[in-house]
Amino acid sequence: MPGAPDAPVPAGGRAEPRHGLRLAVLWVVASAICTPLVYFVWGPHIPPGAMSSSASGQQFDTTVLAAMATPVVLGVWIYFGYALTVWRHKDGDTEDGPPIHGHTRIQVTWISVTAAIVLFLAAFGTYELIAAAGVGAGEGPQPIWKPDGRPLQVQVIGQQWRFSYRYPQFGGFETTQLVLPVGQPVQFNVTSLDVIHSFWAYQLGVKADANPQLNDAAYTTPQHTGSFTVRCSELCGIWHGAMFDDGTVVTASAFTAWATHTEAQLASITKQLPPYALTYDANLIPQLGKALTSAGLNGAGGGYYGPQDPAQP
Amino acid sequence: MSLPVRVATLLGATVIVIAGGVFVVIHYLLGGPLTEDFTTTASAHEVNITMQADPQTTVTDKPDWVTYFIKNPQTGAWDHTTLFKVPADTRVNVTIDGFDGPTPLRNPAWDQVTGTIGGVEYVNGKAVSSLNSWNGDVQHTFQIAGLNLNVPIAAETSSKLCSTSPCSLSQPHVVTSFSFMTPATGGFFRWQCIVPCGLGYLYGNGGPMSTPGYMTGEMEVVG
Repeated sequence: MPGAPDAPVPAGGRAEPRHGLRLAVLWVVASAICTPLVYFVWGPHIPPGAMSSSASGQQFDTTVLAAMATPVVLGVWIYFGYALTVWRHKDGDTEDGPPIHGHTRIQVTWISVTAAIVLFLAAFGTYELIAAAGVGAGEGPQPIWKPDGRPLQVQVIGQQWRFSYRYPQFGGFETTQLVLPVGQPVQFNVTSLDVIHSFWAYQLGVKADANPQLNDAAYTTPQHTGSFTVRCSELCGIWHGAMFDDGTVVTASAFTAWATHTEAQLASITKQLPPYALTYDANLIPQLGKALTSAGLNGAGGGYYGPQDPAQP
Repeated sequence: MSLPVRVATLLGATVIVIAGGVFVVIHYLLGGPLTEDFTTTASAHEVNITMQADPQTTVTDKPDWVTYFIKNPQTGAWDHTTLFKVPADTRVNVTIDGFDGPTPLRNPAWDQVTGTIGGVEYVNGKAVSSLNSWNGDVQHTFQIAGLNLNVPIAAETSSKLCSTSPCSLSQPHVVTSFSFMTPATGGFFRWQCIVPCGLGYLYGNGGPMSTPGYMTGEMEVVG
């Protein structure tokens, strides 16, 4: 290959410069400059930020991946640029280039280095899943990775087309406000009352599917106060695009004051709610069952299909 | 094929394509429900909106769909629409004549009144802060998520519900009224009924629940 250190001398007589050495020097210098820049300068700005343990864990992982990818990308770009500049066709040059042969040393080096990178990333990714307690992802009803201690329980209920939140450790009140304390582990128990939604607290780095009659647990620990955005990230009907709201991370004392006040404020409506549970079977609501029966619907299979269905607008 | 036939075929196909495009534009893009304009009737940062919730829509080809109507602020006629336009930073007084019977909420949390002035609604003139849909108190809700506004509409319990829409005020109905403030700046706010009243559709949320002009719509706030 043209860039190999032992490229043959052309029949014309002029010795080729040591392209391989040039490329190696360029690559080492560029990597030595750019890799720290990527890690230390760009890294702290990579989404989703560092508002929570899971968010900062995702940011760290992405920063490591970006830093590791930097030398690889630079190698490709430098070789590409060098080839375009140095080996471009010159006017009047009709001579063929030297024949290309396999180069065992380069091939072995390439395979070894890329294999090492991939294996390292596999080990790194696996460790990061464990170390960060699931990295904020929904882990289903029986989560493998949990944080230490006694997390604050927050149930996220998706319904077309709102999210609401229950706090079972404060009497089970339900509200449309998502308020969390800074510094305390939080366990989100995510479920749905109808179709599949997905709870995505962007700046917290938490994302968990909301499935009817299934609890999907996700963990995080807020690290900074402020507001964050909650969006549904599963296409769920006509108002899916409008199914978003804001949450807030406040100090521990402010959270306690808010939760206590809200619990008292909503006490009467809390009595009308079904007892707190990790999932709710909407078909078992007796009043709904009566309405369905009177409408001639069977309610089977978790949905409400009439005899003429499936029918959608 | 002769030249005249070819030309005629080409012209015919062109006309069909153009007609199809015109139909799509008129029927689907321009054919939605009209928008009631309350910006011209606002007085002293206050505007009044009157709506009705009906158990059927006999003015359309979906007679078994539940629906809202809005009273036209200029003509006083009941228009089959759920789109309306109001000024920013304005008190909106809403009166809903509810002609439908009870349907339970899937989530009773929406029995709570939120986002209204005073945190209450008035059912036939009586202030309440919540209803109980599982006790048959609620027929529909009026909910603007962007304003955290949620108002359960009290159910009519008569066994002889109105059967022709828009319903006459002489028919059995319950009057639910409330007020809320529009934000200081303009924007679009979707609103919906969150009672699963689209029976016959998946989870009761399809059909009229998913069709603007019936049980969901949009409020445009003009800044």
